[in-house]
Amino acid sequence: MHGRPRKAPKPEDEAASSAKAQKLRALQTQFFTFHHNKIYTKEAVELSAKLLEINPESYTAWNYRKLAVEHYLNLPDCNPDSIKSVLDDELRVVENALRQNFKSYGAWHHRKWVLSKGHSSIDNELRLLDKFQKADSRNFHAWNYRRYVAESMKRSEQDELKYAEDMIYTNFSNYSAWHNRSVLLSALFEKKAGGFLLKEKVLPEEYEFIHQAIFTDPDDQSGWFYHLWLLDQTVTTDSPLLASSWPGHGSDVLLVGDRCYNGSAFSPFSALHSDSGSFPIVLYFNQPVGGVNSSTVTVECGFNKNEDLFWKPLSASNSQTARVWVAHLKVPSSDLHSTVEVSVGHSKGIISTRGFVYSHPSMFSFKVHVQPMERDSSQVSVAENISLREENFKVYGTQSEESIIDSFDQLIIKNGHETTASNWRFEALAKEIECFRELLSLVDCKIGKLTLARLLKAYDAMSYPFANKLVHSEEVLELYSDLMKLDPTHYQFYKDEHSIVLLQKVTSSKESLLQHCFQYKDSASSAICDPICLRLNNLSLSRMGAFEKLLWVQMLDLSHNELQSIEGLEAMQLLSCLSLRNNKLRSLTALEPLRKLKSLRILDISYNQIGDQSIDTTSIGSRNSKMNQKLL
Amino acid sequence: MDDIPPYPPIDPTTFDLIVIGTGLPESIIAAAASTASKSVLHLDPNPFYGSHFSSLPLADLPSFLSSHSTSPSPPHSPSSDDPNEFSLLEFATRPLYSSIDISTFSPNLLDQHSRKFNLDVAGPRVLFCADKSIELLLRTGTNQYMEFKSVDATFVGDNKGNLWSVPDSRAAIFKDKSLGLVEKNKLMRFFKLVQGHLAGEQDVKISEEDLQSPFVDFLNKMGLPPKIKSFILYAIAMADYDQEDTGVCRDLLKTKDGIDQLALYNASIGRFQNASGAFLYPIYGQGELSQAFCRRAAVKGCLYVLRMPVTALLVDKDTGCYKGVRLASGQDIFSQKLILDPTFKVTLPLGSSPPLPLKEKLPFFSLKDDKGKIARGICITKTSLKPDISNFLVVYPPRSLFPEQVTSIRLLQIASNLAVCLPGMFVLYISALCNDDDQGKKLIHAVMNTLLTVPLDSESNAAVQSETAEIGSAVQDETSESSSGGPSDSGEEKPTLLWSALYSQELTLGQVDFICSTPMPDGKLNYNDLIDTTFKIFQEIYPEEEFFPETSLENPEVDGDASPET
Repeated sequence: MHGRPRKAPKPEDEAASSAKAQKLRALQTQFFTFHHNKIYTKEAVELSAKLLEINPESYTAWNYRKLAVEHYLNLPDCNPDSIKSVLDDELRVVENALRQNFKSYGAWHHRKWVLSKGHSSIDNELRLLDKFQKADSRNFHAWNYRRYVAESMKRSEQDELKYAEDMIYTNFSNYSAWHNRSVLLSALFEKKAGGFLLKEKVLPEEYEFIHQAIFTDPDDQSGWFYHLWLLDQTVTTDSPLLASSWPGHGSDVLLVGDRCYNGSAFSPFSALHSDSGSFPIVLYFNQPVGGVNSSTVTVECGFNKNEDLFWKPLSASNSQTARVWVAHLKVPSSDLHSTVEVSVGHSKGIISTRGFVYSHPSMFSFKVHVQPMERDSSQVSVAENISLREENFKVYGTQSEESIIDSFDQLIIKNGHETTASNWRFEALAKEIECFRELLSLVDCKIGKLTLARLLKAYDAMSYPFANKLVHSEEVLELYSDLMKLDPTHYQFYKDEHSIVLLQKVTSSKESLLQHCFQYKDSASSAICDPICLRLNNLSLSRMGAFEKLLWVQMLDLSHNELQSIEGLEAMQLLSCLSLRNNKLRSLTALEPLRKLKSLRILDISYNQIGDQSIDTTSIGSRNSKMNQKLL
Repeated sequence: MDDIPPYPPIDPTTFDLIVIGTGLPESIIAAAASTASKSVLHLDPNPFYGSHFSSLPLADLPSFLSSHSTSPSPPHSPSSDDPNEFSLLEFATRPLYSSIDISTFSPNLLDQHSRKFNLDVAGPRVLFCADKSIELLLRTGTNQYMEFKSVDATFVGDNKGNLWSVPDSRAAIFKDKSLGLVEKNKLMRFFKLVQGHLAGEQDVKISEEDLQSPFVDFLNKMGLPPKIKSFILYAIAMADYDQEDTGVCRDLLKTKDGIDQLALYNASIGRFQNASGAFLYPIYGQGELSQAFCRRAAVKGCLYVLRMPVTALLVDKDTGCYKGVRLASGQDIFSQKLILDPTFKVTLPLGSSPPLPLKEKLPFFSLKDDKGKIARGICITKTSLKPDISNFLVVYPPRSLFPEQVTSIRLLQIASNLAVCLPGMFVLYISALCNDDDQGKKLIHAVMNTLLTVPLDSESNAAVQSETAEIGSAVQDETSESSSGGPSDSGEEKPTLLWSALYSQELTLGQVDFICSTPMPDGKLNYNDLIDTTFKIFQEIYPEEEFFPETSLENPEVDGDASPET
């Protein structure tokens, strides 16, 4: 039960419990004898019932009873009446056990098992559930079982929705009831059942409903959980979308044999050094998807067969779904000027982890220029002496700004269908923002601030493709800074969110991004051209983000931050030089994403906390040992 | 009541205590004294229990009211000389009710079924689930003689006939449709503040200064909007007078008292599983309460005689001390102590001065009426004021009906499921404190005009009559109101009035002396103050005895078949 303080046991309680334990031990010994000898006599079965009545947690006893039931059902003289009486007995035992402990997993499971035999009346179950849910309306076992029963009975979602609503009206601090409501609504959305066809009709009503709970008692958690679910329903588009790609649409890719390129006509965002005779095509989706392969994505160019392309998911776990997919296009070693067209999702097969099909086919094209290697390989070593020292960086942007404007815009995939993105989502978010600003004017409430931050962030993300800027990022950053102070126990969570919003802000516009772009110029280097380095150092970042805007980056300086993880960095397939100096990386496991960066040549992980913890269960294979060397 | 059946003489003739009148305070005292092993004789001139707290059949109510509305004829035997050593002081009755106004719009129906009604003389009244009356009932085991049902909701009314539900709990605030989100937040925060204060949480303590200040100032300080303030003051804390007009407010609620009221209300909600609201109402009416305590007393040995008027007080000629009473049957009964119903007063024989010692004590018998009056109204309808809900309370805060309204008007609707009226009918009890009869009438009429259709005498009277005759035969039949064809204003279908009784009641306090007089029903919604007074009276007459000691519960004696009536 909820909200009841635990009391220290009194001496007499302890005596009683030890007496109970003694009795239980005796019962158990006898029970195991029966069980091991497969004795299913009436007495033996009754003994197990007695045992379960005292200790409903005894899994073995439940399993024994299942065996006993099977034994009886297989008897030759078995008839419908005897089956019914055997199963009714089981239901009775379960009920008694539940009276002892209505949170016994074993007991609820056994009940399901008995019902699945199909001989018992299910109508009784709702009555039993009403009793249990009256005793403890938040008991999630009962709610779970209720879903099972409702499904078996083919009770309509609408009826169950009404029931959940009644329970909420009785006491709105009922997380289980709100959860059930979300489950039922999801099912109705999916079915597109009558009246639930349109989220845009249902969700505003649900917001209205949950506001009553949140405003009445902002300290109660259950309402906030439901609100979070509603927000998720509002912002996530069902079908996955392609968010960005590298190379971007309309860009010119220059492949050179060494680190330098000739001709300022090419943007440094798309010039690439390649000595492996191939370059990657990166697809960045707005949610994890599966089914990306040469039949769902076609790449047309003069020099490569689409069928030869192998699309690989880039995810930390080796699952077959990922937000980022990569394929390597082989290029001939001779001069080449060719156009590449990539079509994504023109034939079905790309599917989100939640089971929605990619249904907005998109296409992008770019030009590839290959400049064969002009120098001999001995000079490549120059690159390996790159030193990310302050004096080596020059502010970028003194030259050829125009090319960068173009390139920046090319980083974003413009999905035509996004403009038709339903207005109701905007309206819903705008309304919510107004609502929570009002709440915060009334009470100082941590979760209220977090919710407002989430809403503003979602609103910005939704309006970005049109507005081309993040209107609320300053406010969001302030909210998270506030929360870090107000709620130190969740400091890291707020810090991570803060980092991601900060990165989104930095990458949101050409101007802000340019402030972080530097030209690398090594006085010792004799290279003709200077690579661009994105410097996101000293930003007190604890996480990396905004990858969809950073697919082009080859040199990245993340030094002097507070990174504990570089999750997601595997998306930056062009990275060849990375500084993680002076961060808070604690283990080699945290470096896992680096495994996927095939172009990475230079890595600085000095001044981290790797190995500071006595136990590091890391097991990075010897294959990567080369990568781990410090190059300073 | 004029022809008193011949009673056998009462035996014994001496008791520790004689109690005259079976109103609630008298009944509780009789039960408490019996429990304390006193020999008690409990008399009532009426043929029923409850006196001014009784529930009466429809036909009996007007006669009861009018019998207490005039001073009866002067004592028939002016001679106070008695052969014995006693002086006789005649009892007279006080006029307790005035401007009684009974209107019947459906005589057939109501005459035929008069006994199906149990109308509370002192309505509207309820029991808060956590108030002193419930505690007393449970502690004394008296609850075994009664059954209750929940009063399901409280509403606040306005002059347009709307009834707004009072968001009196967390769940009710959540569910409420009339409050805005900000209002919900403010109200719930206020409730939490009060709860935290009551639970003794250090960081939410309400300062002593605030506790001593007027409650209304504290609510203002908390920034509560007028609507919520009105809910809290009048529909939860049940303030009687306009708290925002210190000129007219006779009873300005302090924050401390306001919070105690909220605590009582809050503790009442959800105390009993099957009671959804904060209040209870006894099946068969409030009169049951007096009767139950009488049964409790009878079980403990109290002797009951109904239909037994008392004519005179027996006073020691020399000392002026109380000795006993003379019954209408002529018998003299003696006791140490006497408790009197507020009906009675002692008149002095004209032209004769009372014995000296008595003179000093007599001022206690004077009627104190500086508390003003209470106007009461009882209406019978055959449609509920609100569909789908039958038992509920409505509060009209001061100034909600007309600008000069300085007191709260409370209305309680009770349906036939509480066995107070014919099936399908509803009894409305209305009351308001007032200075005089005219003001009282105005207050009660204001509510009636807002909520009810009052038939216009003879012509529409006939229409209602013909209609109700039909209901008389099939009362459970819910016929449409529109069939009466009466002029209903603005399309709104208000329930039609079938019968009403309006009257003003004196408010008298209990008095304590060598003879004690119990109080009249007060203007409150529950019995808390009356029980306090009753307790004080008991303590005064038996300072050494405990008022229902805890042990009395441990061995609850079973009543058996014995009726408390003798």
